[in-house]
Amino acid sequence: MADLIDQLTQRLGTHRVLTAREDILPYGFDGTATLKQLPACVIFPRDAADVSFALILAREHGAPVVTRGSGTGLSGGSVPLPGCIVLCLAQMDRILEVDTANLTLRAEAGAITQKIYEAADAAGLFYPPDPGSMKISTIGGNVAENSGGLRGLKYGVTRDYVMGLEVVLADGSICWLGSKCVKDVAGYNLRDLFIGSEGTLGVVTQVLLKLLPRPAARQTLLAAFLSMESAAETVSAIIAARIIPCTLEFIDQTTLRCVEDFAKVGLPREAAAILLIETDGHPAAVAEEAAHIEKLCRDHGASSVRRAANATEATQLATARRSAFSALARLRPTTILEDVTVPRSELAGMIRAIDAIAQKHALAIATFGHFGDGNLHPTILTDERDHAEMHRVELAIADIVTATLERGGTITGEHGVGLAKKAFLRRQLGDASFELLRLVKRALDPDGRLNPGKIFD
Amino acid sequence: MKSLRDLDYSVLQQCMHCGLCLPSCPTYEETKRERHSPRGRIALMRAIADGELELTKTFGEEMYYCLGCLACTSACPAGVNYAELLETARSEVEQSGVLATPTRSFIRTAMLRVVFTRPRLLRAIGRLLWLWQTSGLQTLARRAGLMNLLPSNLRRLEPQAPKILEKFSHQLIQPIESPVAPRAALDVGRSMLDVERCPAPPPSTVRLRRVVVLTGCVQDLAFADINRATVDVLLANGCEVHTPPVQPCCGSLHAHNGDNVTARDLARRQLDLINPADFDAIISNAGGCGSHLRAYGHLLHDDPAYAQKAAAWSAKLRDIHEYLVEIGFRPPTATAPTTTVTYHESCHLCHGQKVSAQPRAILRALPGVKLRECAESQWCCGSAGIYNITQPETAARLQERKVGHVLATGAHIVATANPGCHLQLANGLAQHAGNSGAPAIEVTHPVVLLARAYAAEKLG
Repeated sequence: MADLIDQLTQRLGTHRVLTAREDILPYGFDGTATLKQLPACVIFPRDAADVSFALILAREHGAPVVTRGSGTGLSGGSVPLPGCIVLCLAQMDRILEVDTANLTLRAEAGAITQKIYEAADAAGLFYPPDPGSMKISTIGGNVAENSGGLRGLKYGVTRDYVMGLEVVLADGSICWLGSKCVKDVAGYNLRDLFIGSEGTLGVVTQVLLKLLPRPAARQTLLAAFLSMESAAETVSAIIAARIIPCTLEFIDQTTLRCVEDFAKVGLPREAAAILLIETDGHPAAVAEEAAHIEKLCRDHGASSVRRAANATEATQLATARRSAFSALARLRPTTILEDVTVPRSELAGMIRAIDAIAQKHALAIATFGHFGDGNLHPTILTDERDHAEMHRVELAIADIVTATLERGGTITGEHGVGLAKKAFLRRQLGDASFELLRLVKRALDPDGRLNPGKIFD
Repeated sequence: MKSLRDLDYSVLQQCMHCGLCLPSCPTYEETKRERHSPRGRIALMRAIADGELELTKTFGEEMYYCLGCLACTSACPAGVNYAELLETARSEVEQSGVLATPTRSFIRTAMLRVVFTRPRLLRAIGRLLWLWQTSGLQTLARRAGLMNLLPSNLRRLEPQAPKILEKFSHQLIQPIESPVAPRAALDVGRSMLDVERCPAPPPSTVRLRRVVVLTGCVQDLAFADINRATVDVLLANGCEVHTPPVQPCCGSLHAHNGDNVTARDLARRQLDLINPADFDAIISNAGGCGSHLRAYGHLLHDDPAYAQKAAAWSAKLRDIHEYLVEIGFRPPTATAPTTTVTYHESCHLCHGQKVSAQPRAILRALPGVKLRECAESQWCCGSAGIYNITQPETAARLQERKVGHVLATGAHIVATANPGCHLQLANGLAQHAGNSGAPAIEVTHPVVLLARAYAAEKLG
């Protein structure tokens, strides 16, 4: 290991290779609760060539490699392994090109998602995926986890905007997958293989993104409900009315009170649930949709519907929603977030199931999420030092997974499998599909060097 | 004695390392290293509390690499009490002695324990410094190249030292001033006009509000005019203003630098001097001091003799802008030519005290003033207490960034409400003016502008 670190230092310089305990301790975790493991070192490559160099060295020395951006992941995808090299791409953060003729943007993997959104916006363009953590998450991390966000309902997830990738493979070779061509069917679609691969198949170092024209108008609404059911029914009614808002977020009372304590944007604390709805597009269509949505909310028992007066207020409301998960830490020290997704017709039933599971195991579970796309974040509020309660937490998670799979759902909608969900993956995929995953992994990373133990063992 | 192991563990646990603090942290922005972020520092503190990390010199240095700007506390949805964590960690670093060197220990003792605990001594030193600056000795010494004899860090700091004013607060402000009976002229060379400038209370005042004004340490020596202006605006808004002529330091400097024992002692002295029960409000006009003064209740919560009084103190402590808005201050009426003003937020005012809208409300109420926001008004200017002395390189980069944003507004005046920020901005802007030949932008406190506007009513 000492030899490996020497060679890395020789190439990168001392300030790009961290080994001191005080330096590596803060890289022992990501945004996931209860997972912690110290790496051997943390390195900051400058480009794909540095990454390639590190991967070749790692192979020679038999060291595992874990890639990381800002470490905001919620499935333990970037938690280190004993003796591993952490490849931190946070300093590869340049936006390299905004191509307004082709509506694309090329950036290094460590670029912050919000900066990408802003660079597109400055050119009158729009990068729609907006993970809750976009203020700090990196685009490379978004690609690795195939992140979703608050606009998934209408605009889809990160995958839907990746046109090309620069990837460093386990053997150190650097390849470009994809192109600026809107239509490109040459060969297998290998690009998609790396989207959502959670750092197990290669290291994404550059990303070519598709941009859209910026919608001309936007309207944000906040509807308060006195019961969870009426909120869920309203969602069904909106979808049934053939309206696809860009955002259709749901927050339960526990979460909304925590969010309000932090953000102080005037959320109705007495509501049992609120829906945050945003529609965008042509001004006339937006006005019509907003009116229709408001009527549907009132018809289904909304106690109040508030329209954001301007863009600032709309941003405030969305920002408040983005803080939901972190704000829940105000109640209990450990917050364990689930990421289950069910077909939208199953939402109301799933909400009831989560409620029953919370009661059965005597746990506090707050729920928020992306109602419009069926992605729920039941979040268990607990204390990792209470071993008896943590045991009940495990049982509750297993029950939530069962309830999800029974409804034709998936164990993760946007945060990935990582360490947190891998125990359930085979059940969801079935044996043949599960083995296919392993086969792909073995083909691309025969030594199991890249992020071993994530997704599956 | 404060230590990380004795601390309520849930304060450490409150950080669920979501990472939302990272983009708000100036030192993380500098290096992109986790260790230099709030989340990273808390991880190190927790490792010490868990016994996974020894309290090392590197840890100590990290705790002082943090600016203590508290921007992370505004960004943190989980509500982590970073201020308490940082103070506890610094206090433990000091107890452990990992950073101790003879020079550092001497300077710390001399400054924190001797000079800043003795207001009369501080004023005597201020008087000497004033003599040095105004008698021509400083200029002579500079011309003769005597400054080159100083050790390099002192040589760097010498030109940055605050310009000491001729009069200190007690020479400008009477112990009690009342809006009803115009105060008598003090024999301090102020003209009758100045005395008459003290306006009558608004007719609607039902009961006189009785407030006490805290004069500060650096503020008292270098910015006594701000203290005078604070009293003036309170008088103009129907307050009876009490200003004890000799006040102990509030202890903010000590608490922020890990000297919790002296900080507690100074808080007790403050409570001995000023009984919160006697006043409607206790007024602070310096962001950093106010942020600490608000925390007396917590600081002394385990002191049976003082806990109750300290809690009452905290409940009545107000920043001057906050108080003026709370009592519905009277907008000045005199007309004035248009001036563009921008506002730099003191970290401890906006993040520590959550006072951000009120100073702007005051600036907007000023006749002729056009408030033009600067980019990153809440981003630290690099002063951060004594940070510009201990970490000159990072401080200078932050200063440069801030000066650039201020200049970009094209403002004539930049208003800020903390003596450290005031000096940092004035030095940075003067340096820029020196290099570019452009006139330096004036740096001042919002209440000085408000006091000027009230005074203009009398004149015109």
